[in-house]
Amino acid sequence: MVKINGEKLDFAGKTIEEYLRTSQYDPRRIAVERNGEIIPKAQYSETTLEEGDCVEVVSFVGGG
Amino acid sequence: MDNDKLIIGGHAFHSRFILGSGKYSLNLIEAAIQDAKAEIITLAVRRANTKDQENILDFIPQGVTLLPNTSGARNAQEAVRIARLARELGCGDFVKIEIMRDSKYLLPDNQETVKATEILAKEGFVVMPYMFPDLNAARDLVNAGAAAVMPLAAPIGSNKGLAAREFIQILIDEIDLPIIVDAGIGRPSQACEAMEMGAAAIMANTALATARDLPMMAMAFRQAIEAGRKAYLAGIGRVLTRGAAASDPLTGFLRD
Repeated sequence: MVKINGEKLDFAGKTIEEYLRTSQYDPRRIAVERNGEIIPKAQYSETTLEEGDCVEVVSFVGGG
Repeated sequence: MDNDKLIIGGHAFHSRFILGSGKYSLNLIEAAIQDAKAEIITLAVRRANTKDQENILDFIPQGVTLLPNTSGARNAQEAVRIARLARELGCGDFVKIEIMRDSKYLLPDNQETVKATEILAKEGFVVMPYMFPDLNAARDLVNAGAAAVMPLAAPIGSNKGLAAREFIQILIDEIDLPIIVDAGIGRPSQACEAMEMGAAAIMANTALATARDLPMMAMAFRQAIEAGRKAYLAGIGRVLTRGAAASDPLTGFLRD
């Protein structure tokens, strides 16, 4: 299992690119952090998620 | 007035009104920016919504500078993390540091803010720290590499106005960076007063978001900020401690 935005999901062994596509994120509008490290967009397709990884997918929202 | 520019981290702006984008409909953002004539808009970073939910970036016109904040950060480390993620989102190097330990009064933690400023300034960010108006902390922020200092006027979201007036004035008088009054400004008259005092700019969000007509309030704020700026540049007239001073000639009276 991989923890993505606080939710345990069955994406171990899949790449970040596969997760983002499956979940229908717009890759232009997000940033991804895995285990505290930012993953550059160019590496989404070659970064494989591992069991126990902690991933955050963030975007901009309204704020002060 | 055309040459009167606000310089932040080497970037020049004509507008002295920084607009927040929180707590109102994305559909109002463009009108708010237009009526505010804002060139900088703040944003927050949060866990992304999936699928075809609307994204705020689609509502912000080209050419507007994005100022992501680090809201949600409780210490310097968390603020640095959020700032880096914001930069990875690919919208520039500006960041407004916002670090709060307490969720009741939402007061900024100056000490942690200084630490985060130092780290992020070294990484090339244009750092605009939100802070509690304290001269010592402001000096530390200058030394840490801040591009501006953003003291609160009153508790965030309170619309209470210039509760910290005296201490903001001290920052304006002593700190060589733009002092941008952030948080607590509720009315155009309060924004105008801060600008008359010599503030470099005003940041407002709740004052607009809680107004009945947001774009109209954005316009009212813009006009008040411009008026206050002009008054500051014109040099405010003196105040008499006592008595009165006639505005009319004291000779040539029609008597005797």
